Formats: sequence, C-alpha cells, structure tokens
Amino acid sequence: MDTKLVELMADLMEEETITLVKELIERGANPMDILDDARSAMELVGKRFETSEYFIPDLIMAGEILKEISEIVKPLLEKSGANAKKGKVLIGTVAGDIHDIGKDIVTFMLDVSGFDVLDIGIDVPVQIFIDKIKEFQPQVVGLSGFLTLAFDSMKKTVEAIEKEGLRDKVKIMIGGGQMDETVKVYVGADAYGKDAVAGVQLCKQWIGG
Amino acid sequence: MAENAAKLFDERERRISDAIALRVPDRVPILVFFGFFPARYAGMTVQEVMYDPEKIWQAQTKTLFDFQPDGDQNPYLLRYLGPILETLDFKQLKWPGHGLTSDHTYQFVEGEYMKAEEYDAFLSDPTDFIIRRYWPRVCGKLQGLEKLPPLHNIISYYMGIPTGFGAFSLPEVIEALETLKVAGQESAKIGSYVRKFGIEMKEAGYPVQFGGICQAPYDTLGDFFRGTKGIMLDMYRRPEKLIKACEKILPFMFEMAVAGTKISGNPRVFIPIHKGVDGFMSMDQFKKFFWPTLKDLMVALINEGLVPCPLWEGDCTSRLDVIKDIPPGKACYALEATDIVKAKEAFRDRVCIRGNLPLSILATGTPDDVRAYCKKLIDIAGPGGGYIMDSSTGLDDAKTENVKAMFEFTKEYGVY
Repeated sequence: MDTKLVELMADLMEEETITLVKELIERGANPMDILDDARSAMELVGKRFETSEYFIPDLIMAGEILKEISEIVKPLLEKSGANAKKGKVLIGTVAGDIHDIGKDIVTFMLDVSGFDVLDIGIDVPVQIFIDKIKEFQPQVVGLSGFLTLAFDSMKKTVEAIEKEGLRDKVKIMIGGGQMDETVKVYVGADAYGKDAVAGVQLCKQWIGG
Repeated sequence: MAENAAKLFDERERRISDAIALRVPDRVPILVFFGFFPARYAGMTVQEVMYDPEKIWQAQTKTLFDFQPDGDQNPYLLRYLGPILETLDFKQLKWPGHGLTSDHTYQFVEGEYMKAEEYDAFLSDPTDFIIRRYWPRVCGKLQGLEKLPPLHNIISYYMGIPTGFGAFSLPEVIEALETLKVAGQESAKIGSYVRKFGIEMKEAGYPVQFGGICQAPYDTLGDFFRGTKGIMLDMYRRPEKLIKACEKILPFMFEMAVAGTKISGNPRVFIPIHKGVDGFMSMDQFKKFFWPTLKDLMVALINEGLVPCPLWEGDCTSRLDVIKDIPPGKACYALEATDIVKAKEAFRDRVCIRGNLPLSILATGTPDDVRAYCKKLIDIAGPGGGYIMDSSTGLDDAKTENVKAMFEFTKEYGVY
C-alpha cells in the first residue's frame, strides 16, 4: 500500500493525487494496487463522513478523484475476473419523483464499498421494481424519494413486493428529503437511512461485509 | 374594506410583526406554505390549478377562508405556471402533462446549465450570458437567441449598428422573439391575477406572508446555473470564481426582492435556503462560500426596511451560532428539521422562529399526533414571543384533518 497516495486522496488533494498516480504507473507500479489504495482512501473518506469531518461535497469530490484514477488505471488492467462482491442491492427513486442526487450518492458509496448495485433510475413504476427484483434478486432494496408524494409511492411499492411474495427475501431501506422514521413505519420499510453512509451501514449489517 | 375585515387585517398583521419583532403577540401566529394542498383540498388536480387561473382562485380562497391563517400566500406566482412554461418549452421543470401525471407537483430538473469553463463569460457580462447562453438552454423555444451577437457591441452608427442587427432577421431568432412576445402576454396575465388577488385578499382581511422573493447568491448559482454537483466541485476546483460569481449575483437578488416588495407593498422577503444546510457543506465552507453573501443580502434588505424570511430547509442545527448573527428582531427564520430546543436557545433574543412541525406527521400521522407536536413546539419556542406556527415545509400532501388539528390547536393553546 502506498500510504502517501491513500492520504492525498483521502485529503481530497485532486491534482497531487493524480500526479502521484501517473508517477507510480511510470515507475511500474501494479495498477491493481493503485485501485486498492484508492478504495482504502474511499474507506477513510467514508469514516470522515461518519464523524462529520466530511460532508456531501467531500464525497462527491472523492468520487471524482476515484473516477479519474479509474480512467487512468483501468485500461492497464488485464481482464481479470470481477472482484467478488459483498452482496446485491437494487436502488431506485419511486414513481412520481424525479430526484436523483441522493440516490446517485448512495449508489456510488455502495459500489465503492464492494456491493453489486443495480440502479434502476428515477420515477420508477411499481411493476418495474417488481420485475427488476425478480431478475436481479437483491438482498436489499433501496427506495429513494425527495417529496411527500413519494410516501404513497413507497408504500405501494412495498405492498407490491409483499403481494408478489418477495417481502421476506429482501430488506427494504428508504431515504431522501422528507423521509424519516415516521415515514418508514408508514410505508412498511425495514429501515430509514439518514444519509449515504447510513445506507451503506444498513447493507453491511444485513448482508455482512 | 368591510370594517370587520379591516380589523382582522390589522390584528393579523400585528400578530405577525409582533412575533418577528420579538414582542409577545396576543397569540402564536399561524402561517403555512400552502404548496399544492389547496388543489387537493378543493378536489382539483395539480394540472388543473397550474393551467386554470379561476380554479386556483377557488382552491386558494376555499382553503384560506376555511382555515383562516394569519397571512395568505399569493398563489399565482408559484402555481399558475402551466401556460408560460409551455410557451417557453421550459426545461428546468417537469410538470403535469410534461413528464409527470396530472396529480404530481412540479419538480426541478437538475443540470449543469452553465459549464465550469463558462465562469469567465458569466462574470464579465452576466446579462449577456443569461440571454445568449442560459435562456436558450432552459427554454427550448428561445434557442434561437444563441445566434445573437453580444449586444453590448451595438453602440452607435459606426460602432455596431450597420451590421449588428443582422442576426435579428434569422428565422430562429424571429421564432425566439415571437415566443418572447407570447411569454410577455402570459406574464402580464399572471401579473394581473397577482394584483387582483392581493387586493381582494387584503379586503377580506388577510395580509400576505411575503411581498418579495430572492435567494442566497450561492443557491441561485448552484440551483439554476452550476447544478448541485457542479457547485460542490467548484468549492475545490475554482473557489475564487465561485465567490466572485456569488458577489456578482448579490445585487441582482437585492434588486429582485426590493422590486417585489414595492409592487406588493409588503416588506417580508421569502428566501428559500437550499445548498447551505447541514451535510451539504462543512462549516468552513459555509462560512467561506455561503454565509457572507447571504448575510450581506439580508443586512442590505434590513437596511432598506425589509424583513428577510429565509426558509432553512433540512437540518441547520450546526449553523445556529453563525446564522444568528443578524440585527435582532428584524428577520424570521423558518426551520424545517433543525433542533427546535437548540434553535430557541440561539435565537431567543435574536430572530423569530417559524415552523418545524414535521410534514411527515401531517401527511401520515393522526390529529392527536399533530396536537402533541404543536404543543411541544409552542411550549419550547413560544415563550417570550418570537414563534410562528407552521409545517416544516410546503403542505402538499398533508391530511385535511391534520391541518385542521394544527390550526384549531394553535389558535386555542397558542394564546398568550
């Protein structure tokens, strides 16, 4: 592990991080190790977020740096088997709601935390949730929504999951603007996550890893 | 104005201004952000009220007269948007019939409507940037304006005039100008309803909650130009330009607020706060990027004799000690999910608090839940005045019986 790389990236020093990555590659470093370091840095970023040292802009900035590193490093990687994932999470913004920023951050954080995430988009009709759950077979379903109109959409989505006999196969978490514990009870979800890191923790707790 | 209505108007206005001035009013005032609740309450769809000015009138007056809040909200500015948005082929919203079904409230479409590399163009001439770059992006029917040359170069008979107007003969530009003409007519129609409604509600005894609107400069830049992600990255990648752009926008916001209050004759200025709340940036970033131009804006408004009324969306508990730093008794802070106990401690001698009744309880709870929460709010925030009852944010999907409970309980229990 290159501790300097991990530190620079966790401190969100974009230019310095990218310069170092390029240097490391010129010096013949293993691209896979660089990616591992980037993931370690992301873990640090997540921890700093939990302790309220970092906030959403920091997560987004870290995501940008990770993307840049991946773009440099990935072409150099030999086609190796995909990393073993921790488990499957399906996520989408419920019917009638077109907000995506929160959902995208949760998706990204789950992805870098090693989960196999399927993001099915915004304004997702109940039937699409059902079809995709059957197809993808996730252990966790994340319902995102920003507005109060999402309360009933979430409720209907959970009810449909129940009706299709899928309810005991998945854990359901909700999150977004107007969501809270009261809404969790109303829609019949298993948990409410107040931010992206809380969502990742819920998945870790339910799936392990 | 009927004598009784005039008396009620004065009582209500005094109740609101007493609370804001941190004096003890006769009772806790109650004001609400109606959202699309009036449509549902009157049995109409969102689509109907967005397109039919008479239906908005019916829905709003029914809601107003049935619940009798201490102030009204002119519904035409934020609700009667269908025709003008359609005329412009507006891209920043989805609304019923345009990406959403008839009963869904309109929603904002996030985007980077100004690219990172366009800061310099914006800073050098924001009006030019808005007309020739921004409008064409957010209004499909104004795309032709892209073809215009910079208008600041058309100056006089040998400086610009001879060839400078050539672009105005292009078919795309003509289409855009035709669109502006129709949009102008729609604007005039909205304006006439705004005025008529304002006058009649005053005669019915209701002051307006807000006479003008503006935003924190950072929010205007982030919401409409750079996008949430764009502006967050700008804090790292081009902090100086971001701050310069906020400073550039500041006088526009002041001007917009003052113009509104002059037309309406009401000094309260609504300032929805979006991107400065807890979690959306660190405290250092808040102090560096968000607060300075917002504070300057609010102080300028106060010096103009106006009353800034920000709605601090989300949770702003960590910001309390910073945002309390404004002239005492001159503003009203609506709080969505901020800790009310800590807020009262911080604001007691500083600024009136409004709201904080969770919309989730109004939408999914029972009238008993609502009464219990209202009691808690009045007990905590009511003592000494300086509190206005309201939902945490726009009522939209609140249950009628819960809204009723909120009003009845506040008017009874909130008496000082």
